[in-house]
Amino acid sequence: MKKSQNASLMDVLFKNVTRSFAFLVFILLAAIMVSLIYGSRESIAAYGFSFLWTNDWDPVRNSYGALVPIVGTLLSSFIALLVAVPVSFGIAMFLTELSPTWLRRPLGTAIEMLAAIPSIIYGMWGLFVFVPIFQQYIQPYVIQAFAGVPVLGDIFSGPPFGIGVFTAGLILSIMVIPFITAVMRDVFELVPPMLKESAYGLGGTTWEVVWKVVLPYTKHGVIGGIMLGLGRALGETMAVTFVIGNAFNLPSSIFAPSNSIASALANEFNEAGGMQKSALLELGLILFLITTVVLALSKVLLLRLSRNEGTSR
Amino acid sequence: MFNNSDSIVNLSNPVYRRRQRANRLMLGLSGATLLFGLFWLFWIILTLVIKGGGALSLSLLTHSTPPPGGTGGLLNAILGSIMMAVVGTLIGTPIGILAGTYLAEYGRRGWLAPATRFLNDVLLSAPSIVIGLFIYAVYVAQVGHYSGWAGAVALAILVIPVVVRATDNMLLLVPNSLREAAAALGCPQWRIITFICYRAAMSGILTGILLAIARISGETAPLLFTALNNQFLSMNMNAPMANLPVVIFQYAASPFEDWNHLAWAGAVLITLLVLGINIAARSLFRK
Repeated sequence: MKKSQNASLMDVLFKNVTRSFAFLVFILLAAIMVSLIYGSRESIAAYGFSFLWTNDWDPVRNSYGALVPIVGTLLSSFIALLVAVPVSFGIAMFLTELSPTWLRRPLGTAIEMLAAIPSIIYGMWGLFVFVPIFQQYIQPYVIQAFAGVPVLGDIFSGPPFGIGVFTAGLILSIMVIPFITAVMRDVFELVPPMLKESAYGLGGTTWEVVWKVVLPYTKHGVIGGIMLGLGRALGETMAVTFVIGNAFNLPSSIFAPSNSIASALANEFNEAGGMQKSALLELGLILFLITTVVLALSKVLLLRLSRNEGTSR
Repeated sequence: MFNNSDSIVNLSNPVYRRRQRANRLMLGLSGATLLFGLFWLFWIILTLVIKGGGALSLSLLTHSTPPPGGTGGLLNAILGSIMMAVVGTLIGTPIGILAGTYLAEYGRRGWLAPATRFLNDVLLSAPSIVIGLFIYAVYVAQVGHYSGWAGAVALAILVIPVVVRATDNMLLLVPNSLREAAAALGCPQWRIITFICYRAAMSGILTGILLAIARISGETAPLLFTALNNQFLSMNMNAPMANLPVVIFQYAASPFEDWNHLAWAGAVLITLLVLGINIAARSLFRK
């Protein structure tokens, strides 16, 4: 009798211990949110919502606005997606449809290794190896080629610094390619073979099967994967800090140096005090909210794919 | 039969040829994107081999970081990194495993498990620099000084969501018939979980832990505001602590050539370590 009582006591104990640790994850997230809001209370009280669209970052006058880092973060992540989405789609298509079976694993692992390289390595390599080559051999010709063309001429203008929003976006794209590719591969493999075989049976080419059967079937999952990559790109710190230029200016072209939320934090937080520290904490809060919303969107889309899995369309 | 306008597939049909051309073009582009991805990987690794390979030497492991212009090694940074990674893993892993156990084993009903699963994913994708800010706000700012403990706790917070997810996913893969068989023999639930489910899911959970270690070994951003850096060899976890990523960050951007060499040497060490753990984790899981 005593033994079974012990057993049920242990059962209750074990269940509640695991439950309290699950709850800890809950508390942790709430604590992050609360501490960031509490830390930025001075700045929130002083600027209110206008903090979001004020173009001003002046520690001397002690006046702060978040427009430049927000624009820099969004713009560099947008450039990253422009490059990474088609590339990831191509890689996922190659790995699921074209590659010989024995090559799939080594090639897939190699692409995943891009995600394993620490971000500070990307930053160092970007600044000391990629930037000089880009500045000398590529950038001047691109600027020249587009000079005088309306719109494009403005987008690709300015002196060839090497560093800037575009360089940051390009390096971010390399860093998020493995994440987007992984999701795309997974969802492409969810497509029932029968659907693909029917399309092939009707005489579709490989490209037509991927573009007109696989992609429509997996579109929610694909967009979810892109959102996941976007979340990564938005919060990336060290790589961007090295190459974005860390200038509190609105970028006049995509080659101009600017700043991102994460790199502003990395550069200024330790030396900041008072209102500046509070404003930086508010920047952190904004970044956290943006990435959380992006992740929630991607979750909803991925969930929709798994719910519709197998239903006819 | 070919070129016969009566056959079903007419190879000289312009529509058919256009479709074939589009197909070949797109397949070619698909191969090109793969090369594009591999190109950067090889370029980065090549850079590390060329710039860092020459800087590797035994004195990296026997000397601490030098003052400007002097020679030295990375001993203090390597030790600091190892200590914080070990403490961070030791704090984060049990929390992650227990929370993951609740999600997979007890969370089939109720609101807590699905909600926690979602919040865990939020935590997993939270920018690591925000975790650094959080520990700064709740620990460093309260105590009044940077410390190795703060760095270790920040790393632990990065470990938790990775381990929660691995444990959750792997326990869900354990077939229910195993649990039912043990329950039918009169085994209490906590023993079913600890003696049967954990063993069945062992390699997957270990892989998750290894990947978490790989992730925190290369992290710089959360340590900037917590452990900061230390010029000297220090085993005191309650004081600012040197660590490889922050040393690399500071030395890479410095004007001193010796420091730049040390930064590249550190970069090679860290990349070798992280890629090595990743490959080890993969081969462990495949077994």
